[in-house]
Order: sequence, then C-alpha cells, then structure tokens
Amino acid sequence: MKRALREPRILFGIGFLLALSVIAVFAPAIVPYDPFEISPQESLMPPCSRHWFGTDTIGRDVFSRVLYGTRYSLVLGVLAISISATFGSILGLVSGYFGGPADAVIMRIVDVGLAFPSVLLALLVISIVGAGLPSVILAIGISSTPPFIRIVRGSVLVIKEMTYIEAARAIGAGQARILFRHVLPEVFAPALTMATLGLAGAIFSASSLSFLGFGARPPTPEWGLLVSSARHQLRAAWWISTFSGLAIVVSVLSINILGDGLRDILDPKLRGKI
Amino acid sequence: MIAYIGRRILLLVLTLFISTFVIFGAMQLVPGDPILAMFFPRVPSPEVYRSLQEQLGLNKPFFVRYFNYIGKVVLHGDLGDSFKQIRPVSSIIVLNLAPTVELGLAGIFVSMAIGIPIGFLAAATPYRVVDQSVMVLALIGVSTPSFWLGLLLILVFSLGLGWFPTSGVGGLSYLVLPALTLGLYGAGYLARFARSSVLEVKHMDYVTTARSKGLPERIVNWRHIFRNALIPVATMSGLLVGYMLGGAVIVETVFGRLGMGHVLVNAISEKDFPLVQGLLIFIVSMFSVVNLIVDISYAYIDPRVKY
Repeated sequence: MKRALREPRILFGIGFLLALSVIAVFAPAIVPYDPFEISPQESLMPPCSRHWFGTDTIGRDVFSRVLYGTRYSLVLGVLAISISATFGSILGLVSGYFGGPADAVIMRIVDVGLAFPSVLLALLVISIVGAGLPSVILAIGISSTPPFIRIVRGSVLVIKEMTYIEAARAIGAGQARILFRHVLPEVFAPALTMATLGLAGAIFSASSLSFLGFGARPPTPEWGLLVSSARHQLRAAWWISTFSGLAIVVSVLSINILGDGLRDILDPKLRGKI
Repeated sequence: MIAYIGRRILLLVLTLFISTFVIFGAMQLVPGDPILAMFFPRVPSPEVYRSLQEQLGLNKPFFVRYFNYIGKVVLHGDLGDSFKQIRPVSSIIVLNLAPTVELGLAGIFVSMAIGIPIGFLAAATPYRVVDQSVMVLALIGVSTPSFWLGLLLILVFSLGLGWFPTSGVGGLSYLVLPALTLGLYGAGYLARFARSSVLEVKHMDYVTTARSKGLPERIVNWRHIFRNALIPVATMSGLLVGYMLGGAVIVETVFGRLGMGHVLVNAISEKDFPLVQGLLIFIVSMFSVVNLIVDISYAYIDPRVKY
C-alpha cells in the first residue's frame, strides 16, 4: 500500500479522479453559466474570455455543459463497473475455486461473452431494453463482465494451489472461511486493477453509445452526445465537438494511467494481459 | 495437431450454438408484437394477422422457432427477412460486407504498421526518453474515442486542408481517414503489447546463450528477440479483428460510409429486429471463425504451444 502511494502514476490518477468527483458533485456551484440556459443572441460564439469553450447554436455555454457532463460520465462509468465487478468477482471466485460443473458452465458463458466484440454485446443489450442512460449502464455492465470473470478466475486458480491455503485446510478451516478469509483478499489486487481500467473503458463506451444516439437524450450535456450534436456543424463551430471530446480523452487517459500504475505495483504478472 | 484443431472446431460449434441461441432468445424478449410492429402505424385485420403468424411460424413454441431459424441459416445461408426493407438479411449483408471488410483490413494494416515498429522501438531502450514518449502516445491512442478522433481528422484534413473527402465510399482517398481513425486505437494497443512482449523475451535464457556464444548484438536482436516477440504480437493482431468489427459501427457512422456497422446502427434505431438478429449472428460467427484461425496459426507458428 505504501509502495502504491509512492508511484507517481497512482498519485496522479487518484488526484484526477478526486478532482473529477469534486467537479461532478459541485457542478451547479462551479459552472460559470447555467448549462441549460438558452441565449440566442450569444449563439455560436468562438472561445473567448467569457466563454472559454465558446457557445453552441442556441447560445449555451459549452464550458459549463462540459463540466456538467462530468456527472453523467462518472456516474455511468461507476455504476456500469459496479455491475461487472460484482458479478465478475462472484462468478470468477466460484468458477476458479470450486471448479467442476460450475466452472464449466461459467466458462461457457464467458466464451459466449467473448465471442461478441464488446461494442456489439452492448448493442445487443440496447436493442432489447431500448435506448437511454439506464440501458447504457446495463449494456456496459454486462459486456465488461466476461473479461472480469476470466481475470478473477485466473488469479483464484493460482492462489488455490498456494501452501497457505493447504495449511488452512489442514487446520480444519471450512470452505467458506478459506474462500472469504484467504482467497478473497488476494483477488482484491487484480480486481481493483481490472475495475480501474474498466472504469476508463466504461466511460469510453458510454460516450460512444451516446454518440450513436442510444444513450443520453438532448438537452442532457453528456460528453458523447455533445460531440455528436455538433458534428454536422464542424465547419461553423469546431469548438463544441473538440472540447467535449477532449474531456473524454483526458478523463479516460488519466484513469488508464491510474490503472496501469496499479497493475504494475499490485500485480506485475498481469502486464500485457489486461 | 489434428486432434487439437478438431477439438477447437467442436468448441467453436458449441460457442456459436449458444451465442446464436442468446441472440435469438434476446430478440424474443423485446417488448412488442413483431407483426403489429411490421404494420405500424396501421393495424392488420385479424385474418391477415393470423395468416402472417402462421407464415412466419410465430405461433410455434420458442425452441421449434429457434431450430427452424438455425436450420435455415446453416442449410441455406438464410438469415431471415428485414421487416423494414422487405428484403432477405443475407442480401443486405452481401451489399454491405465489402466496404466493412475493406475498412477493417485497412484499420488492421494501420494498427500493425504503426503499432509494432514503435512498440519494438520503445523496447529497444526501456525506461528511457524514447520508450516513455512512445508509451505516453500509445496510452493516448487507446484513450481516444474513435468518433472524436474521426471528427478531428475531418476537421483538419478535409475541412481545413481539403486533402480528403469528408464522407462516402469510393477510391483510396475515401479510405484514408476512416482507416486511420479505426487503426490508431489498435496501434496504441499493439505498441504496448509489442513492447512488453520484447521485454519478456529479452530475459529468456536462449537470448543470454546467444549473446554469450558471441553473436553480434544485431543478430541477437533480430533473430532471437524480435522474431520470438512477434509471435504473441501476431496473435494479438488477429484478435484486433473483433475490435475492428465493433469500431466499424462508429467509424462508418462518423464518415457516412456504407457498411455492416452503419446498417446495424440503423436497424437498432428503427427496431428492425430480424435484421439486427441476422447481422449479429453473422458478425459473431465471422469473429469466432477468425479467432479460431488465429489460434490455430498461433499453435502452428509457435512449436512450444501445447495442444
């Protein structure tokens, strides 16, 4: 843990996530303008000192909208990853620890999940439950579960063979005790790494789904939707799509940096695997 | 080897069976009556409704319908008919397959042509300036959503410099920006993977042996390190096919290209479920077959792989 806090990438990443959370929570207090307020006389203003990221066709301040968008992306990402982390860890633990028929069934589910390119799995879910933000959370949560199961299962398989597990069994510890006291804590490191990289991926995918028109609806200032809404006005207003997209890149990049740092410190064996 | 291939093919058939079942089953969960949806906003008369129900087999139990459908897919390549376009799904796929394959191959080419060399370059001097710059670039590459990258490229190279058309399908000039958009993510991914692959091989005993028997560094690098490091990288490049199939959905939308991805997005928006179902089954099968080929060729190039 101490070692993790000395790693600059982890410090940077945690700092950035904290900053994002602060922006998300206090967005209404921070934004210079009301992100939903229409002012036609100020439409399509290029970036200037009053409107840092310019304004859109109906005069809304793009900077305020991008700041507000943090709320959507962060919440979408965290909820989607909570789904895949919960189910991924449970199924991975069961599959790796107990083996046998449970393992066979779970691994077939994983195979099927991995048989879909992840965007398509998300789109399959969207086509059943329809468009909208809750659907996006569900779609990304489901589509990022199979790789999660695989990583957790892989670590459990290694841990299970360790001598201290044998020792625990030898002194008469029950299955549940071994699973929760001895195996689970060791799975924490790869699961945390996976969840962090998954959060970056979820924000990435959520914005893609909104861009395609399956997520947020106007006038929600969601980043992917902001990029998409202005894509036919690139010539007239390059700033809307450019700055909204930049917010996605900076966030995803910072969280990826945190994930890479965690992986290298907590579990160097995973390098190249996730 | 043959036993291995046989086992893999069996596993593929099993996976495809379950995946098609999942897709088919999922489409049954969609709320709403498919026949009413076909006629919407008009309402069919009860006779028409019943005869269509009979004709489409919608009054049969779920498993019967599933096996009828899969039977037609396997025997006749018949993936059903689109509700909205009143055409067989297979003919829609035939029309749109070529542009997507073209885009995907170009994307993989971009990923490999950029990703592998810079990954190896980074690994040549690990933890130094070149390495760290390459790794930062690669991380930016995998963190940039393709829809935004595509718009930036259009902004700079089409609207700004006028070098390439903004959208459509045609000659090579129409392919450059979409292929770059699709390929840069993969390039970042491959660069990271190629680097770690080289670093892993570098510490192998046979590299130490090669060096200690007095081989010049150039030969050790090329013959012993890079060639072995390429094996996992080649596999990873094959796995990028899945990413390309998913990425095509977005890139085709951004650039207004014909293709499977574009058709899929429209089909979902229009709730044309038979088309969604047919497209997904086709894409998943294609992806699984490619993965199988990649795995088998991996076993073939790398003699250490146990079957």
